[in-house]
Amino acid sequence: MGAEFVALSLPPMLIGTLAALACALPGNFLVLRRQSLVGDAISHVVLTGIVVAFLITGQIAAWPMMLGAAAAAVVAVTLIEVIQRLGRVDAGAAMGVTFTAMFAFGVLLLEQSDTSGVHLDVEHALYGNLESLIWLDAVGWSSLLDPAALAGLPHELTRMAIVFALTLAFILVLWRPLVLSTFDEDYARALGVPVRALGLGLVIVAAITAVAAFDAVGSIIVIAMFICPPAAARLMTNSLVHQVLWSLAFATLSALLGYILAGYGPLWVGLPNTVSAAGMIASVSGLILAICAVAAPRRRG
Amino acid sequence: MLADALLLQLGYNATLVAFGATALGLAAGATGAFLFLRKRSLVSDAVSHATLPGLALAFLIMVAFGGDGRSLLGLMAGSAVSAATGLWCVSALTRHTRVPEDAAIGAVLSVFFGFGVVLLTVIQSVPSGRQAGLEGFLLGSTAGMLFTDAVIIALGGIVVLLAVAVLRRPLTIVAFDPGFGQTQGLRVARLDMALMLLVMAVTVVGLKIVGLILIVAMLIIPAVTARFWTNRASVVVILAGLFGGLAGYVGAATSASAPDLPTGPIIVLTSFVFFALSMAFAPERGVLAALMRHRRFERLVHLRQGLLAMAQGQHVYESRTRRLLRRQGFMRPDGVPTATGKNEAARTLRDEARWQVVRASVNLSDLAMRDDGLTPTEDVLTADQIAEIDRRLGPPEAV
Repeated sequence: MGAEFVALSLPPMLIGTLAALACALPGNFLVLRRQSLVGDAISHVVLTGIVVAFLITGQIAAWPMMLGAAAAAVVAVTLIEVIQRLGRVDAGAAMGVTFTAMFAFGVLLLEQSDTSGVHLDVEHALYGNLESLIWLDAVGWSSLLDPAALAGLPHELTRMAIVFALTLAFILVLWRPLVLSTFDEDYARALGVPVRALGLGLVIVAAITAVAAFDAVGSIIVIAMFICPPAAARLMTNSLVHQVLWSLAFATLSALLGYILAGYGPLWVGLPNTVSAAGMIASVSGLILAICAVAAPRRRG
Repeated sequence: MLADALLLQLGYNATLVAFGATALGLAAGATGAFLFLRKRSLVSDAVSHATLPGLALAFLIMVAFGGDGRSLLGLMAGSAVSAATGLWCVSALTRHTRVPEDAAIGAVLSVFFGFGVVLLTVIQSVPSGRQAGLEGFLLGSTAGMLFTDAVIIALGGIVVLLAVAVLRRPLTIVAFDPGFGQTQGLRVARLDMALMLLVMAVTVVGLKIVGLILIVAMLIIPAVTARFWTNRASVVVILAGLFGGLAGYVGAATSASAPDLPTGPIIVLTSFVFFALSMAFAPERGVLAALMRHRRFERLVHLRQGLLAMAQGQHVYESRTRRLLRRQGFMRPDGVPTATGKNEAARTLRDEARWQVVRASVNLSDLAMRDDGLTPTEDVLTADQIAEIDRRLGPPEAV
């Protein structure tokens, strides 16, 4: 049990949890700022960025793909802003125009280019492939102390950890201005907080998180984790600090419970195969939100 | 090849798809226009993603009852049920809790989609599931579309169009002013529900051709495109329908003209091209028109300020002002005013003097609000009022 668990289940569980935490953290502010769907828009356009990066470099490598995805996110955010201002269209419609068109373009590029030799397709982009992120060098719990084995950890784990640390640092360092500009933008501006820059910074952090998490776990988890844990946490408490902590707890719970249910749940009910972990994690987070919507103490505001 | 495709010369399947896509585009565009005017475009995103679990469940149920699970009507029924459930969740979350609507939309779309993906992996593991081809509903797949499928899609589109035609007046009122609608005896909540049902119908009908991820584009993009061309709601609806139908037709035909051109994405991109062209070139609301308006405004300001400077015998230094004055024949290349320039400068100075009287006058000070530094007094005052002011000012000064 031990060796198999450490090699096959521990890395994906850790990666899933880190991805969930990294998304839920900025998600708290996105939900409060009525920008929940930014994460949705970004994770759609990330596909296009990755395909373009692949077409330019001709290979599936982490850094070019991350850069391509980040560039696509920036293009999308700019385009949304441009359409909103020049076209005098509401934010939702501007977003809808942008991300569907960019996603369609990504799918078209994918169909047009020869990606048969590499692992790049729409399904992978949507569901990721959490189950495949295994640690082949592990022989048991002792491997956690063995530098040689640790070097063989899936690089997604390191990347997710770095991104989570980055997000955490961003939120902690800019906590006060972020809170001020989220709850009372005019007051924050009067105090000299660069409100627009801060808003853009938050979107960029969300984009970085989405891009990094997307590669490891697919965009469903990204969208679900940006929104469900913070929204559920919002129904638990009136204090923002407590809300953030609740959201992190819900994110962790979704990731772990979702992974376990996907991996072992089918065996319990007698089905032979496992089901999609990404899908199950999103489902669990939705279940948590549903429970909070029915029973949480501060659900009515 | 493309010409053949547009003239429907590419065979049976391509023609079927083109007809289906056109009907779908018309219905989606017209429905989406109301959604856009109501500023709820993205609710459709939740509706469309929420179809996935129903699609998968319908397949599993049909297989359990011994079918092959691929009947389009059955799959559409299943997806409609789960889309309705998703819609109910969005409205319940927004109404009964303090979760804002955008978060409710995002939560529903990701959770339902995630659960759908779980069900898809379940389907993969049942014996008849491997050939289910349900993945085709994510991005649409038109290869091997059956005649009955095309008929169902076209009929669905026509039914939605008819419903939109019947409901167009109350829907327009509710989109602009729900409060007024209520006083007119309209049931706003029920009309919103009807609109959502139409959106759901479009989504379900569009699953086969465009797929559930991109169907929102057919609801949103044509409406935004149409808005550039007119300020009248009824025209927005008609134009959106036409743009949608045209995108459906051109997109479907284009995708049949060459390999590796997936129908759904090509329709969406065609629609986006219409949008981009409209945003750039539409009269009044287009970017180019706005740019030209801005240049015209700048020119007026430069000319007026330049003439006032000339009238006061000052030298004009600003190069763009000088260029404009020269081009109008008001100034010689060496900076000396011409005869017409002097006349015009005197007229401008006189106008400025009149404005000062207007501002100081008790009865006319309301009109002084319209002094933006550009509007001539002739546009604001009557001839009598101007004569009265001129009488007070005395004879105009020559420049």
